[in-house]
Amino acid sequence: MEKFAPVKRSGDGQPVRYLIVDDSVFARKNLAQMVESFGGQVAGEAADGVSAISEYERLTPDIVLMDITMPQMEGIEAAEQIVRKHAGARIVMVSSVGYQENIVAALQRGARHFVQKPVKPEVLYEVIKYVMRDEQAAAQGAGAGA
Amino acid sequence: MRMELIQPFINSADAVLAQGLESPVSIENLTMDEEAYRRKGIAAEVCLTGDIEGRIIFDADEKAAACFAQHLAGFEAPDADDLAREAVCELANQIIGNAVTVLNDQGFHFRVHPPTLLTSEQGSKSSEDTEAVVLCLSTQSGSVFMNVALRYHRRMMETATAAR
Repeated sequence: MEKFAPVKRSGDGQPVRYLIVDDSVFARKNLAQMVESFGGQVAGEAADGVSAISEYERLTPDIVLMDITMPQMEGIEAAEQIVRKHAGARIVMVSSVGYQENIVAALQRGARHFVQKPVKPEVLYEVIKYVMRDEQAAAQGAGAGA
Repeated sequence: MRMELIQPFINSADAVLAQGLESPVSIENLTMDEEAYRRKGIAAEVCLTGDIEGRIIFDADEKAAACFAQHLAGFEAPDADDLAREAVCELANQIIGNAVTVLNDQGFHFRVHPPTLLTSEQGSKSSEDTEAVVLCLSTQSGSVFMNVALRYHRRMMETATAAR
């Protein structure tokens, strides 16, 4: 896999921690390999929306990579529930179903971005950098004020 | 079944398999099938409900499925059978998800259900108005088959008839 410059948390320079949510073990492994190639750390995995919510509570990851079509509870609903409780949650939807109404629904309910499967590592990398920008901006702001 | 419903699946299968396997894919065969589906290897079924209803079966012979899994995962798994089944489900999910994205952009609205593994040798027979199209694709790892049985929802048919 291509080498990427590590994306770190700007606050403490630690690796970005990910929660990967997908009902396919195969897709989770694939995404895990990608985020590790970005210098990230897989904090946990979940196979449905219900487990995603409880795993988020337990792990408080920096980023959630969330599939949409899953059994029990779909990704968009899980994202909404997480964001309702944790307004700062960074959720990136990762789905093969990339039509506009799905994307709009996900963004309206609190997701930060959308990546269509099959996932290209370079696309996900740019999205991760973009989504982590707010944290970097906050850290820079705090640094400037100090 | 109308070709406008099939073409997005052909294009999507071609694109997803070529990208995932990093090798060319060719369409070997396209036939109509009114018989019950007979599984050829490891098969996953995805159902659609909404303006267009029906199901798509993605089927790969076991050797091809194992090759896909190894290639896509980038490592040799201890339980190759499990990973091969997962690979087939995930490829089905990606191919069908990409195709329905195109159909949605054309104005069709529907819900895609998660893929399920087909374990029985024979599937249900497609009805008169869900005659299936069987697509055979050749990859470097082996052959894969897609059996697409879709129909317009009754509401869509009535709207189309009223518009004539």
